[in-house]
Amino acid sequence: MSTSREAKAERIRHLLETEGDAVGQNTRGFNTGRYESVADLEDYEGLKDEARAIKEDAIDRLPELIDDLTEAVEANGGTVYLASDAADANRYVREVCESKDADRVVKSKSMTSEELEVNDELQSAGMDVVETDLGEWVLQLADEAPSHIVAPAIHKSREGIAELFRETFDPEDPPETAEELTMFARERLGELIADADVGMTGANFLTADTGTMALVTSEGNARKSALVPDTHVAVAGVEKVIPSVEDLQPFVELIGRSGTGQDITSYVSLLTPPVNSPTVDFGDDTPLADAGSDDREFHLVLVDNGRMTMREDDQLKETLYCIRCSACANSCGNFQSVGGHAFGGETYSGGIATGWEAGIEGEAVAAEFNDLCTGCSRCVDACPVKIDIPWINTVVRDRINRGESGEFDWLVEGLTPDAEPGGVDLQKRFFGNFATLAKLGSATAPLSNRLADLGPVRSLLDRTLGIDERRDLPEFQRETLVDWFRARGGSHVPRHEADREALLYPDTYTNHIDTSRGKAAVRTLEALGVHVTVPSVPASGRAPLSQGMVATAEERAHEVFSALAEPLDEGRDVVVVEPSALAMFHREYEQFLAPASFERLRDNSYEVLEYVFGLLSNGAEVDQLAGPSTDRTSAVADGGASTDRLAYHAHCQQRTLGLAEHTVAVLEAVGYDVRTSETECCGMAGSFGYKSEYYDLSMDVGEPLREQFGDEDGRDRRVVASGTSCLEQLDALLSRDATHPVELLVPDG
Amino acid sequence: MTSGTVATFEESLERLEVGWTHTDAAGLAGTLRTVCDDPTVGTPLPWADVTLPDWVEDDPTADDVRAAATGVTAAGIGIADYGSVVLPSTDDGSEPVSLYPETHVPVLRRSDLVEGMPEAFSWLAENVSGEGGSAIVATGPSATADMGELVKGAHGPKAVHVVVLDDADETEDPR
Ligand code: SF4
Repeated sequence: MSTSREAKAERIRHLLETEGDAVGQNTRGFNTGRYESVADLEDYEGLKDEARAIKEDAIDRLPELIDDLTEAVEANGGTVYLASDAADANRYVREVCESKDADRVVKSKSMTSEELEVNDELQSAGMDVVETDLGEWVLQLADEAPSHIVAPAIHKSREGIAELFRETFDPEDPPETAEELTMFARERLGELIADADVGMTGANFLTADTGTMALVTSEGNARKSALVPDTHVAVAGVEKVIPSVEDLQPFVELIGRSGTGQDITSYVSLLTPPVNSPTVDFGDDTPLADAGSDDREFHLVLVDNGRMTMREDDQLKETLYCIRCSACANSCGNFQSVGGHAFGGETYSGGIATGWEAGIEGEAVAAEFNDLCTGCSRCVDACPVKIDIPWINTVVRDRINRGESGEFDWLVEGLTPDAEPGGVDLQKRFFGNFATLAKLGSATAPLSNRLADLGPVRSLLDRTLGIDERRDLPEFQRETLVDWFRARGGSHVPRHEADREALLYPDTYTNHIDTSRGKAAVRTLEALGVHVTVPSVPASGRAPLSQGMVATAEERAHEVFSALAEPLDEGRDVVVVEPSALAMFHREYEQFLAPASFERLRDNSYEVLEYVFGLLSNGAEVDQLAGPSTDRTSAVADGGASTDRLAYHAHCQQRTLGLAEHTVAVLEAVGYDVRTSETECCGMAGSFGYKSEYYDLSMDVGEPLREQFGDEDGRDRRVVASGTSCLEQLDALLSRDATHPVELLVPDG
Repeated sequence: MTSGTVATFEESLERLEVGWTHTDAAGLAGTLRTVCDDPTVGTPLPWADVTLPDWVEDDPTADDVRAAATGVTAAGIGIADYGSVVLPSTDDGSEPVSLYPETHVPVLRRSDLVEGMPEAFSWLAENVSGEGGSAIVATGPSATADMGELVKGAHGPKAVHVVVLDDADETEDPR
């Protein structure tokens, strides 16, 4: 392994050991909570659409809304300052605090203030700055950075916090339990808030019509920070402005559910500052009712800091719709394993952090962690404002690739007929051009396989390309699926006898490596009366896309569509074995093809088991398919694993498309007892798990899958998975052979 | 107000582990006596013929509020689907009274219960934000999970008990 890869691997290993357990337990809990909580909503999709539409409109009309908001806040008696960048914002906040002779500023949690690093500015000016959110306060004491945008101290254990309090305060009766620790913090912070001079908050939303801000919190510290000191400074990114108070409704219903899985957080404060609550002066015996609120001062600092430029950027613009709920972190397999200290930049962490960091800090910061998005797409359905987070990650990866200085790529030269300029990282080019390699691999098999397995070759691959030596390399088949199909004389169901006609798409893996599942698919479809063709069609472009090679992927999209247009016109259905290829047709091709072409391909292409499900629903006979009782040979191959009980892991992208249920339904229809995995992604994610620097992480992400399928109920189940890389990963995790579901359906003979 | 909405509200409160008691203007004093721990502070209720009993300090100072065990304030509306109470901030200090004491007792007129969030936000837009006012949508007690497990009473109340007035005059402005 190269030294930079080794360093990265080492850092990830360290985080896996020190923070991985706490982060994993918490984020998985949030993620499960999200599923349960959104299931209670009558019209979840409708609410998401509404939220999305409000954000699209608001960002579209942003300059106008900022003017309206400013007018409203000023009419209420507050001040608005539009800060161009962090330095400008910090200077303004400092000057406000100085004008109040502030000794202490109390803050409630705000990511935007983290982005500004306003604490440093105020502390350098001699002020005491206290974070009042319990998690943020712990981090302030420990001098650590947040590891999660909503639950910042998620990586810290209760024991660690107890130890920290002991060391910092040396209390007589050290708090130990969560209850004691909370009360200890509440007490201390209560005193610090009581005589603070300025309260600082963020704002989750700002309404342009009335100058109202919404603060979504659970602890009550934001309420105190805005209430007790008579000067309130709120800092918020310009993207937080929405038109009206009524527009808050879908967000209030979605934000807690999407993030930590709470239907709603304890407090949603709707403040129209300066607030009319009387000022709270402890030690003063004027009744509150007589204290009045005339002393109150309010400053809203609206922060640009790159956002207006993002708004002009067609690809990064969507990032501004983000309401920072954290769903894209909690639903992410890699994030669940390492947390925001690896999967994050200067301020933001999780899936959408790439967009934020690229827009605010620059691409170099985003480059540090962008590779941790594998494009599994599990965050896509989770995002309450429907941001295509993987696409933003891909676009930024492409820009990073293009910005990089060229390397001498003699090893992959000739294997890389891509459309990328020089400078794309060697490892990325290698994986991005996998289809070409596969063609060569098949042509020279079995020599290519033997050669690739030789020790010196493996260590060369590891050193130069970062392909981990611990992974089994795919074995290329001399006879491709397309060749096999031609040699057998085409379809065994003549066209005139067929109920339907289908083109089986020979994706790179099915065509060159795992041809048996392609053959099984052909035979299964034929058993159900389908006339099948398997022509040579170019690769889908998934491989280059996942390396951020967007131009190459786009080229593939056009080639694939050209090859499929005529069969589609002839009324053939396109059936796809590899879910990551189907996901290209259904999701990413929207970026590349003319709208009508995209829709035609999307509407007529199917995952193979989805297609079987459709045939069965339309009258095909299920007893044409094999079931558990006829499944004798594989039981032997499996070393005696039960023949009628299955453990099924659906592919991540297949699940995002809502196509996992079909496989389960078909397997159950032929008589299997199916248990499905609860894991979002197996951790392999295409080429990701092959990369030396990510091998440990990839295995760690797969750990819950190993546990689930290795428990008492899972142990003797036969393992089934739909994706190529999932099959590889399950083999590695379980030392039980994993099978594609279609292979269980092939009738005898 | 349909009885279905009341039932939904109660189910939501149950889920939140928040207690509730139904009473009427005449029974309010007695009900409060059973749910409040002394010292109790409050802010005057905005409805005709509904008053807080003498033993509730209804003109508290900041120190009274900090020393109190219970705070009683009026809720503008209740949101059945969520078990939330909407607490308009008033110039006599309902915000600190509902926030500092260990137990918060919101008093809600049964007729002010709405079904869900859309209704709640129409009300808020008209009666609070549109008037330049502030309100808290409060759902259950204050809570944190930052210290390793869920703890109630992070900065705000540890417990909430909703008192529902079944008969209060429906025509009065709740604020
Ligand atoms: S991108 Fe979507 S899922 Fe991620 S934090 Fe933002 S709103 Fe939440």
